[in-house]
Amino acid sequence: MTDIVNAPKPASRRRSAIAPLLNVLRFLLRSPTSAFGLAVIALLVLLAIFAPLLATHDPNVQNLNNVLQPPGGNHLFGTDELGRDIFSRLLHGTRITLNIIFLVTITVGPIGLAVGTIAGYLGGIFDTILMRITDIFLSFPGLILALAFVAALGPSLNNAIIAIALTSWPPIARLARAETLTFRSSDYIAAARLQGASPFRIIMHSIVPMCLPSVMIRLTLNMATVILTAAGLGFLGLGAQPPMPEWGAMIATGRRYMLDSWWLVTFPGVSILLVSLAFNLLGDGLRDALDPKQMNRR
Amino acid sequence: MTISTGNASPRPVGLGSFLRPGGRVRSLGGQVVSILVTLFGLLVLTFVIGRMMPADPVRAIVGEDATQDTYRMVYERLGLDRPIWEQFFRYLGDVVTGNFGVAIRTGQPVISDILHVMPATIELATFAIVIGAGLGIPLGVIAAVNRDKWADNVIRVFSLLGHSMPIFWTGMIGLIIFYASLGWVGGSGRMSSFYIGLVRGPTGFLLIDSLIAGDWNVFWSALNHLILPASLLGYSSSAYITRMTRSFMLDQLNQEYVTTARVKGLSRHDTIWKHAFVNIRVQLVTIVALSYGGLLEGAVLIETVFAWPGFGQYLTNNLLIGDMNAVMTCVLIVGVIFIGLNVLSDVLYRVFDPRTR
Repeated sequence: MTDIVNAPKPASRRRSAIAPLLNVLRFLLRSPTSAFGLAVIALLVLLAIFAPLLATHDPNVQNLNNVLQPPGGNHLFGTDELGRDIFSRLLHGTRITLNIIFLVTITVGPIGLAVGTIAGYLGGIFDTILMRITDIFLSFPGLILALAFVAALGPSLNNAIIAIALTSWPPIARLARAETLTFRSSDYIAAARLQGASPFRIIMHSIVPMCLPSVMIRLTLNMATVILTAAGLGFLGLGAQPPMPEWGAMIATGRRYMLDSWWLVTFPGVSILLVSLAFNLLGDGLRDALDPKQMNRR
Repeated sequence: MTISTGNASPRPVGLGSFLRPGGRVRSLGGQVVSILVTLFGLLVLTFVIGRMMPADPVRAIVGEDATQDTYRMVYERLGLDRPIWEQFFRYLGDVVTGNFGVAIRTGQPVISDILHVMPATIELATFAIVIGAGLGIPLGVIAAVNRDKWADNVIRVFSLLGHSMPIFWTGMIGLIIFYASLGWVGGSGRMSSFYIGLVRGPTGFLLIDSLIAGDWNVFWSALNHLILPASLLGYSSSAYITRMTRSFMLDQLNQEYVTTARVKGLSRHDTIWKHAFVNIRVQLVTIVALSYGGLLEGAVLIETVFAWPGFGQYLTNNLLIGDMNAVMTCVLIVGVIFIGLNVLSDVLYRVFDPRTR
């Protein structure tokens, strides 16, 4: 496998994957809205890392003498119905949010890539079957299908993550397939095939790396939806269970007190809104940074 | 910015294209086969989800302290002792003959329950889509015309905000502000409890029924309760409509006929609305149809917050008591509605777009 055609490929391939990403980053920082999105996400990551240091109270310690305290004084965002400090719970909630995003993304990416590249490269009956399955998953709104999966698996944070992952791979698969179709008949694939590379090897070494940049961008776009779906499941009592400081679940328990103690639902809601807005703004910028027609796909 | 010429495939590449791999318009026969295959796949999916649950379907029916004999009887009556393929064909037969079983919570057939709650959701969703399209389409056009100017950026942030809000939370904040503090709108439910049961109309759509009955008090109460959840749902769906309108409109504005129209002296307003906009109407119908289906998702959450006795609340109530049969029927119906809307938008395309003839 060390002939002239293949030799310089790894280096150039890596450069071709990183250079556009740097360009994209430069483009993003020029637009105020996507720069804001990036800043919020960076802040979110920092808060999650330093949550134990920044939290003023233990997020799970109850203090029944100190329930439903309004914001101010010792408790920045007030206390909830069990006297827990809302600010500290929100801070620890950042870890849960990032955890959900991370786990969903590392599951959805490989599944979508595998389905899309196999369907696109092999074509024929594989393409028909795999794309038909993808279409069936696409014929539900994400939250409804996720609800069905959680109902079947039982309510818990992990099952919510599995359910969200199971419902969000189809758009990735469609994208990977479309990308694969554009490379399939190019010369370098033909060269690899003539050298006797197996379809598996061609997909893994020649096709997947070419699909990665656009798939990674699509995954970023997906993150806002993931956050909202997870929060929705938490709100319905099907995601994270109490006493976990998940933002959606915090809103669900705060709902009973919302008319008298507005801070119970307000702060977790603003957190969800901010983070999901940040990912949407970032995604929007990414879409503009790339070919807009190409990224209009849902 | 590259000027898009040719415009070989003007169809939006969204969910709407899912019945048409490759984006070309298929023959009618091929499409029918394609729909049937998708429907069959839908049944397989709901069957598999319904069977893979760790939750025990028999326990959900007989309760925790049933005797072994009762348990076994129900177990066999549900056909759970049969091989899995036989169970699937039995399920298939049931669905084809319209037998969806009985809901544990109400003791009524699931399908008649759903028919009973559906009007409430359709009323909500229809109001919402009118608001969403009424907001989204003009905003999208304005954004496209003012591309990259401040108006475009303001509209972008406004519509992304609608797309980013957790709708169950916005519902609560809306209730706190407009119901509890200002008292402008009604609280939860479809009407004030005082009026419940006064109007029992033929359609189930409260606004229509109260008009038929001539009961203005009920009509205003219903409208008062509808306006807040429908506005919030509509706002959240307007994000996608705005984005797609902007993108379609940009495609048109970059074409030469627009320049020609301006050069020959047509006003800016007429060029935009009488030439460019006319060409994106068909695409917009597709987008609005798909958003209408997407509202079902928001309806599940917003109905919970507003205690709206519709499809979404029915689904979540059954979820929480673990009645998988009712849940899966709901999911199946959502899938069928989605496929139906896709077919509808396809048909609209054929009818309205001369290029597809």
